[in-house]
Amino acid sequence: MKKKITCVSCPSGCELTVTLEGGKLKSVSGNTCKKGIEYAKSEMEDPRRMLTTTVKVANGTQPLLPVRTRSPIPKALLKKCMDTINGLVLEAPVELGDTVLPDVLQTGVDIIAARPVQHI
Amino acid sequence: MFDVIIIGGGVTGCLIARELSRYEVKICLIEKESDVAMGASGANSGIVHAGYDPKPGSLKAKFNIAGHALFEQLTRELDVPFEKKGSLVLAFDEYEEQKLIGLLENGRVNGVSRLSLLSKDEVLAMEPLVSDAVIRALYAPTAAITCPYSLTIAAAENAAANGAVLRLNREVCGITRQNGVFMIQTQSETVASRFIVNAAGIYAGVISELAGAESCAIKPRKGEYLLFDNTVLKPESILFQAPGKLGKGVLVTETAHGNLLLGPSAKDTEDREDTAVTSEGLSHISALGMRSFPHIRLKDAITQFAGIRAVSGTHDFIIEPSEKQKGFIHVAGISSPGLTAAPAIARHVLNLLSGEGLALEEKKSFDPVRKSIPAFARLPVSERNALVKKNPLYGKIICRCESVSEAEIIESIRRPAGATTLDGVKRRVRPGMGRCQGGFCSSAVLEILAKELGRPLQDITKNGGGSYILTGKTK
Amino acid sequence: MMKTTTNVQLAVIGAGPAGLAAAIAARKNRIEDIVILEREAEPGGILKQCIHTGFGLHLFGEELTGPEYAQRFIDECAALNIQVLTGTMVLSLSKDKTITAVNSKNGVFTIRPESVILATGCRERPRGALMIPGDRPAGIFTAGTAQKYVNIDGMLPGKEIVILGSGDIGLIMARRLTLEGAHVKAVLELKEYSAGLQRNIVQCLEDFDIPLKLSHTVVKIHGKKRLSGVTAAQVDANYHPVPGTEVFIPCDTLLLSVGLIPENELARGACIDLNADINAPIVDERLESSIPGVFACGNALQVHDLADNVTLESQRAGKNAAEYIKGSASVPGPGIRVEAGNGLRYVLPYIVHSAKEDVTFSFRTDNVYSKAVLTAYSGGKTVLEKKKAKITPGEMEHVTVKKELLLKLSGDLRFSLQGEEI
Repeated sequence: MKKKITCVSCPSGCELTVTLEGGKLKSVSGNTCKKGIEYAKSEMEDPRRMLTTTVKVANGTQPLLPVRTRSPIPKALLKKCMDTINGLVLEAPVELGDTVLPDVLQTGVDIIAARPVQHI
Repeated sequence: MFDVIIIGGGVTGCLIARELSRYEVKICLIEKESDVAMGASGANSGIVHAGYDPKPGSLKAKFNIAGHALFEQLTRELDVPFEKKGSLVLAFDEYEEQKLIGLLENGRVNGVSRLSLLSKDEVLAMEPLVSDAVIRALYAPTAAITCPYSLTIAAAENAAANGAVLRLNREVCGITRQNGVFMIQTQSETVASRFIVNAAGIYAGVISELAGAESCAIKPRKGEYLLFDNTVLKPESILFQAPGKLGKGVLVTETAHGNLLLGPSAKDTEDREDTAVTSEGLSHISALGMRSFPHIRLKDAITQFAGIRAVSGTHDFIIEPSEKQKGFIHVAGISSPGLTAAPAIARHVLNLLSGEGLALEEKKSFDPVRKSIPAFARLPVSERNALVKKNPLYGKIICRCESVSEAEIIESIRRPAGATTLDGVKRRVRPGMGRCQGGFCSSAVLEILAKELGRPLQDITKNGGGSYILTGKTK
Repeated sequence: MMKTTTNVQLAVIGAGPAGLAAAIAARKNRIEDIVILEREAEPGGILKQCIHTGFGLHLFGEELTGPEYAQRFIDECAALNIQVLTGTMVLSLSKDKTITAVNSKNGVFTIRPESVILATGCRERPRGALMIPGDRPAGIFTAGTAQKYVNIDGMLPGKEIVILGSGDIGLIMARRLTLEGAHVKAVLELKEYSAGLQRNIVQCLEDFDIPLKLSHTVVKIHGKKRLSGVTAAQVDANYHPVPGTEVFIPCDTLLLSVGLIPENELARGACIDLNADINAPIVDERLESSIPGVFACGNALQVHDLADNVTLESQRAGKNAAEYIKGSASVPGPGIRVEAGNGLRYVLPYIVHSAKEDVTFSFRTDNVYSKAVLTAYSGGKTVLEKKKAKITPGEMEHVTVKKELLLKLSGDLRFSLQGEEI
C-alpha cells in the first residue's frame, strides 16, 4: 500500500511517498535526509504523540495544573489517556517535574507536572 | 400593587421612572431584557439635536426643543457626558443646498436659537478635515453629544435609588383588568397596577394590543453603525448630511468616549430582533460617510452594531392617554429625536398621569443627584492615590485598553440597577470597549461577576437570554 | 514598598519570556538595580497558558511546555534577586523615560529609569476589525482568549466549533478543544496556504480528522444571543467571497485566529517612532528605539513563532541596555537605513548605526514563494544573495550581514525577495 505524508522533522517539509507491506514500512521516497526515513518508519509503524493537558488541583493557588507526558505515547491512546487524567485530582503543593501519574496506561511513560503550584 | 408600571427600560421609560420617583408613587419598571438600554437606546447616534429637523407643529418638534433645554441640567444631575459640539449639516450640491434653506426656516419656526448658513470657506475654516466638495452648511451651535446608554443606566439607577422597583428579564405576555386594576402577566409573575405607561419601543404595538388599547402600528427600521478607534482623525463638530436625492445621509461624529462614529443606515425590517449588521449596510454608510469626511479608513474600525428604530405610522411621537383603556398611557414611536426629547416626554407623561387621576405628592427624600462611578483612568493623580488608599482594588487594573480597575467593575455590579452581564459591565465602566475588544479582560470580568453574583462562571451571560459564554468545566 | 518616585537603572515592562530574559541578561552584564513591571498576578506572560510542547528545542535541546520554559527564567530571576512587581499596570511612559504605574499596594507611583526595555507582547485581532456581517452573539472568541478559558480557568467555550485562521494558535486550539471533548468542525483559512507549522497541521488537524479549508472565510455570523452557525464561502485570488460557494455550518462557537498585533500603546504615548504596518517600534541593530535608552524586544517588537528566538532577541536587548547604562554604548550617528522591498512584509532592524559586529536581520515574507532569492542592494549594487527552496510568511527568517560588508556600504541597504508564488 502506498501513502503520501509530509515529514515534520524540519521546516523543509518533504513530501514522502511510503510503501507499506503488512503494516510494516517497505520503502520511502521523497526524503532529502535520513530523518525522513526515521519519521516515516515511526509514523507508519508506531505513531506517537506528546500529550499535554490540565489536571484539577485541590487547595492550590491555581485550580489547574498543566501536565504533559514525559515522552511521546502511542497516538491511539490519546483519548483514553485524556479520560484517565481527567479523573485525577491532585493535592497542592506540586513541584515542577513531579510525577503526577506514573506509567500511564502501561505505556512506560509518566505524566509530569509542567509548573509548580503552591498550597493556598 | 403598584400605582404605575412602566413597560420598557429604554431612555424614555427610565426617565419617566425617575420623574415619577420624585413623588410618593409606587413605581415598577418592567423590562424584558437583562438590562436597561438594550433596544434602540443602546444603539443610536447619541446626539442631542438642536431641533431644526422635525416638522413644525409636530410632537417631535415640541419635545425636541423642550428636551434639549433640559439636557444640561439632567446630565449634570446624573453625571453623564454632555458636550455642546455644535453641528454642521453639509450640502454637496444645489439640491442639498435648497434642503438646508428649508431646514433653516424649519428651525426658526421651531424656535431653535443661533442657526446660520455657512459658506464653503467658513465651513472649511471651522472644520479643515471636512471634504472640500462641500458647498454650504447649516450650523447649529447648540447641538450636543451624550452617551445614550450611560444616560439610561444613570436614570434607572437614580430612579431605583429613589424607590422605583426595577424588574428585568420580564417579558409582558398578557394584560387584563380586574376591578379596574391592570393585571400584567410576565413569565415569572403577575403584577397589579393602577396605571400603565407603554414605553416598549418596537414592541409598543404588541403591548397596546395585549392591553386592548388603540392599535399602534410601529414599523421597525434598522440603522447600522461603524465605530472607529479613538486615535483616528475626528471632526470637531457633529457632521450631518443634507437629505440628498437618494435619501437621508449619515452622520460622522466623535462620541462621548472619544471614538469616531459613522452611521446610521435606514432599512425597514420585519424582524424586531434583527440587529445584524450587513455588508450592504456597512458599505452604504462608509461610502456616504466618506462624502463628508474622507479620512475614514475601514481598517481602523473596531466594531459595528445596529439599532432598530420604532417608527410610528404617522412618523410622529404617539404620547397620549388611551381612550379605550383608562389609565393606559401610550408613549410610542419614539424614534429620532427620541433621545433629545426623552426628558421632556417624561415630564409630559407625568402631567398626563396626573390628568388621568394619579395623585402626585412630592417625596421629600428625593435626590436628583446620582454620581457616576469614579473612573480611575480620568482622575488626577492625587485623587487616584486617595482612592487606592481607600480601596486597594482601585489599584488593580483589569482592562488595560481603558485602564479600568477592579473596584469600578465591582461597583458597577453593586449599584442599584447594577450590571449582571458582561455587556452590562462593559456599558457601565468600559472593559471591552477598547482596542482589544475584551480579548484580555473578559475572563477577569466574568470571574468578578461570578463572585459578586454568587453564580458559577458558566451562568454569566454576555447580555442575558441565551447568551451564555462558557458551557461548563472541562473536568 | 515603592516610594512615590523611585530611580532605578533599568525598568523592564513585561515579565513574559521577553522581559525575563532581558532582565537576566542585563543583570549578567552587571546592572544591579533592575525592576520588572508585570500587570498579571504571576510572571510568565502568555506562556502560562501555552501548555503545549515545542518550547526550548533550540535553547535547551528539550521539548518543553510553555509553563516549563517560562519557569526556567522565573527561577533564574529569583536566583539573581531581580525584583518583579506583579499586579502592576504601567499606565504611561513619557518621552524622558518616566514610567507611571499603579498597583493595589502602592497606588500610583513613578519610576525614573536610566533605561527602559519594552517587552509588552502583543494582542489578538478582534472580530470587530474583520467586519463580518451578522449580529453580536456570545460564542465568538479570539483563540488566545479561548485558550485562557480552557487552560487557566478550566472552562469550555463551546461544543461545536469552527475556527477561522490556520495560524498556530488556531491549530493548537483545534487539538486542545478536541481533546477536551468539543467537536471542531473545520478550520477555515483565507489564504491559499496555512501560516501554521506543518507539524501542527499534522498533529492538530490530520490526527483528529479536522478538515482544513484553504481559500475560505466566514461571510456571515448567525445567532443573536449565542452563535448558531456561520456561513463559510470560498474566496478568489483577491480574497473576495465567490458567490454561490456559501455553505452554512451550524456551530455554537467561532474561534478567531486572524492575526497578532504588537502591543505598543506605551510606545505610542511616548512618541516613539513606530513602523505603522506592524505597529512596532523602529529600532536599530541594538534594538534601541528612537528614544535613546529605550529598547524593545519580543512580540512587542515583531511577532515571533518561537519562544527560543524571543529569548535570544531579548538577551541582546538586555545586554545593550546594560551597555547604554554603563555609558559604554557608542553614540549613534545617522546610520544606514534599511528598507524592506518587494516580497517582504518588514525587515528588522530598520537602521544600522554601527558596524562593529555582524548584524543578523530578521524578516517575514508577504507570500509563499518557492525558489526564493533574497537580495540586498546598496548604492545600486547587489551586496548579498541568499537562496531558499521554500519561504512562507508563517516562519520568521534571518540573514546575517558580516561587519566587513556593512563597513563597505556606500548608501542605504534595501532587501527584496524574488521567487515563484505558490
